[in-house]
Amino acid sequence: MNTISKSIPKRDNEDKMKGTALYTDDYHMDGLLYARTLRSVVARGVIESIEMPKLPKGYTVVSKEDIVKENVVNMIFHDWPVFAGKEVNYIGEPILLLVGPDKSVIRDILKKTKVHIKPLTPTFDYSDSVVHKRFEKGDPKKAFENAHELFDMTYDTGYQEQAYIEPQGFLAYPEEKGVTMIGSIQCPYYVKNAVKRTTGLSDTKVRIIQGEVGGAFGGKEEFPSVMACQLATAVQKIQKPIKLIYDRPEDMETTTKRHPSHTLMEAALSSEGEILGMRVHIGIDSGAYIGLSGVVLSRAMIAVSGAYTIDNLDVSGDVFKTNTVPNGAFRGFGAPQMLFAIEMFMLHIAVHLGKDSDAYRMNYLAKQGDKTSTSGTFKDPIIMEKMIKRAKALSNYDEKRKAYEENNTFKGIGMSWFLHGCGFTGSGEADIIKGRVKLHKDTHDDVHILIAAVDMGQGPKTTLRKVVAQVMNMPIERVHYPNPDTRHVPDSGPTVASRTAMIVGGLCARAAKNLKNTFKPGEAQTVYEDYVQPKDIKWNDETMQGDAYPAYSWGVNIVEVDIDKDTYEIDVVHIDSVYDVGKSLDDRIIKGQIDGGQAQGMGYGSLEVMTHKEGSIRQKGYTDYIIATAVDAPPMTSVVMDNPYALGPYGAKGAGELTLVGGAPALGKAVEQAIGRRVTKIPITPESIMEMIDND
Amino acid sequence: MTKIHFTLNGEKTTINTDPSRRFLDILRNDLKLSGPKEGCGEGECGACAVLMNGDIVNTCILPAANVSGKDIITIEGFSKTKQFTAIKNAFEEEGGVQCGFCTPGMIIATQSLLSKNPHPSDEAIRIGLSGNLCRCTGYDMIIKSVKRAAKEGDGLW
Repeated sequence: MNTISKSIPKRDNEDKMKGTALYTDDYHMDGLLYARTLRSVVARGVIESIEMPKLPKGYTVVSKEDIVKENVVNMIFHDWPVFAGKEVNYIGEPILLLVGPDKSVIRDILKKTKVHIKPLTPTFDYSDSVVHKRFEKGDPKKAFENAHELFDMTYDTGYQEQAYIEPQGFLAYPEEKGVTMIGSIQCPYYVKNAVKRTTGLSDTKVRIIQGEVGGAFGGKEEFPSVMACQLATAVQKIQKPIKLIYDRPEDMETTTKRHPSHTLMEAALSSEGEILGMRVHIGIDSGAYIGLSGVVLSRAMIAVSGAYTIDNLDVSGDVFKTNTVPNGAFRGFGAPQMLFAIEMFMLHIAVHLGKDSDAYRMNYLAKQGDKTSTSGTFKDPIIMEKMIKRAKALSNYDEKRKAYEENNTFKGIGMSWFLHGCGFTGSGEADIIKGRVKLHKDTHDDVHILIAAVDMGQGPKTTLRKVVAQVMNMPIERVHYPNPDTRHVPDSGPTVASRTAMIVGGLCARAAKNLKNTFKPGEAQTVYEDYVQPKDIKWNDETMQGDAYPAYSWGVNIVEVDIDKDTYEIDVVHIDSVYDVGKSLDDRIIKGQIDGGQAQGMGYGSLEVMTHKEGSIRQKGYTDYIIATAVDAPPMTSVVMDNPYALGPYGAKGAGELTLVGGAPALGKAVEQAIGRRVTKIPITPESIMEMIDND
Repeated sequence: MTKIHFTLNGEKTTINTDPSRRFLDILRNDLKLSGPKEGCGEGECGACAVLMNGDIVNTCILPAANVSGKDIITIEGFSKTKQFTAIKNAFEEEGGVQCGFCTPGMIIATQSLLSKNPHPSDEAIRIGLSGNLCRCTGYDMIIKSVKRAAKEGDGLW
């Protein structure tokens, strides 16, 4: 019997390799016009006037005056305007679109356009809190009163750019008195709902079609809605097909990134060195608009104790608004920031106490039945002890850790333990998303999976077809999964939060079972399946108490580094890792997720430096924002251990984000060992290593 | 406007254009070959790569004038060769494709490498592909794909 994990060829491989797969910019239409965005060059100010040369025939300005309904982008928090209002709040904020037939003429006109802005004082520091959250577990007050000593550290993390190779883009055209858009997107229904709200068009008049997506990593979660609302407004006004594709500098300077963060961790320690409790505050920088930063903050706060059980917690966090480009979704969604902090903190406590850090933290490793940070319960088996043992054996960890302890080898090995909550935080799946899937069987008995989940390389077109084919016991060639088109697919939810395999896949499996049980040969049949929250999952969003996620995936990363003694360049020699993703739905696809996530995790920890100067993003392309090349990327060995989750399809849990979140702390610990200095900040660069060594 | 003669995917081709235009725009917009992609526009990512007289070249920084008299093969032309089939099978087997946006360029880079070095070491593969960025795979499975292509397609290069 075939097991579900056995790899099969990916459905979309052939077209992609031949170059015939159609990404958004590959679509052409007769009479196509192009759009480009006029942007603020001031971090904060009031728009006084716009001086534009006389427009040639066929060129049109589209601005906030043209918005039919609401100048706001529908997101989780609705504060992001489609076009800047009277005020601009960051450098790069869109003011208007210029639309016309020739891209070079458009560029020329925009270059000659002057926007007069009266500057106001911008904010760049963590002072303007716009979201504040707090929760407790146990009795932190008592823990701190009973403490023999307190130990505290602060941790900082920087920006990270998603750096998908295909830039953001849409092609939109008028259709049946409405607007149809083809785009590079993760969430067709986010875009649809945003466009409806801005244009005032009714449900049947807005149609969103997914083009092939050339990478996304969260960057095409909420941001495309901003572009879509602008472009849909342009189509409403001009009634012609229009393409809006960002070039690389524009994409890098003006689209959402991972939130920089600042975290203060305090531990209450007993006289024996036990952790009685922790008090933690995290601040994240939302940029100029909140968007979904409040949810990013939640995920960060919930990850506070990482893979450990800490009985008493006092956890608070703030989203700080600054006059910089808005930050948003990126694989991990707040967890990478907090997991870096907690993993380094557990090491630093042990070092402070003069104890062996791995033995020390083993006392706190979470076990089945323990209470989570939000006082929910780890209901399912946790196999971390086995996983740690396996990872250590893979890398010869104990021996190397000991050998590199000697001074001046400039070699180090670090191990991170981590988890990732699968699906939307809290009651999001039941209250906000309400996912629905549709399976249609045609008269030839072929089955069509009609869902809004996007294959952006992570493989659902292969894995979910496998699930349906296996449940129905039919050849996979007869199961089809077209790119989502909101005219034909129900809202199965966004392609985010490591939810596609577990939640959408689970719904597909149930729908397939239903279809199998009611199968009528040669007859067209349609079945739907709606998300139902597992009964034992309870969550209070106000108090942040209860089960934050229905299930957790787990991981162990071991990173080995060799640092150049003269240049302080970090060479990542090897990464070994072990993961529990429930059950792999395709081993090769899971390995792809593991390798890619880890490479991004290494980048987050060291290579990928992004900064702004007075609100202006300084990195404008791959020349100065460095992502790994084939030469930089380390060899990797990974193992996936089965730990099936009862409610996932064939036991599958989430895998996409998990593979990134543990990279930076494992790297941080390896570097800390190599240079013999405390690592508290990422990205770690040769310059920052030099500072640490020189400042000693 | 200047007349520029070159061979495109085996066929003699003449274009009448501004010789300073980016060759990528000519391929994508004038000749409707959308296999080469624009990822960066500054010659860093390699998504726009084609073969020029058998060597990999980034068309986003290639002025049209430079293709005069040259033999250009894009992924559309290369996909009809035996070498492509060997590379394709290897990428499939080793999982070298995820989002696919860098893939045509990666395959062109693989051909450019194997045509000069049919039995490359891991290090030679990494160097050979270092002009092509991939954000999905972390490269390990692409390196293995190239290795497999060299082995299974032995004799083709």
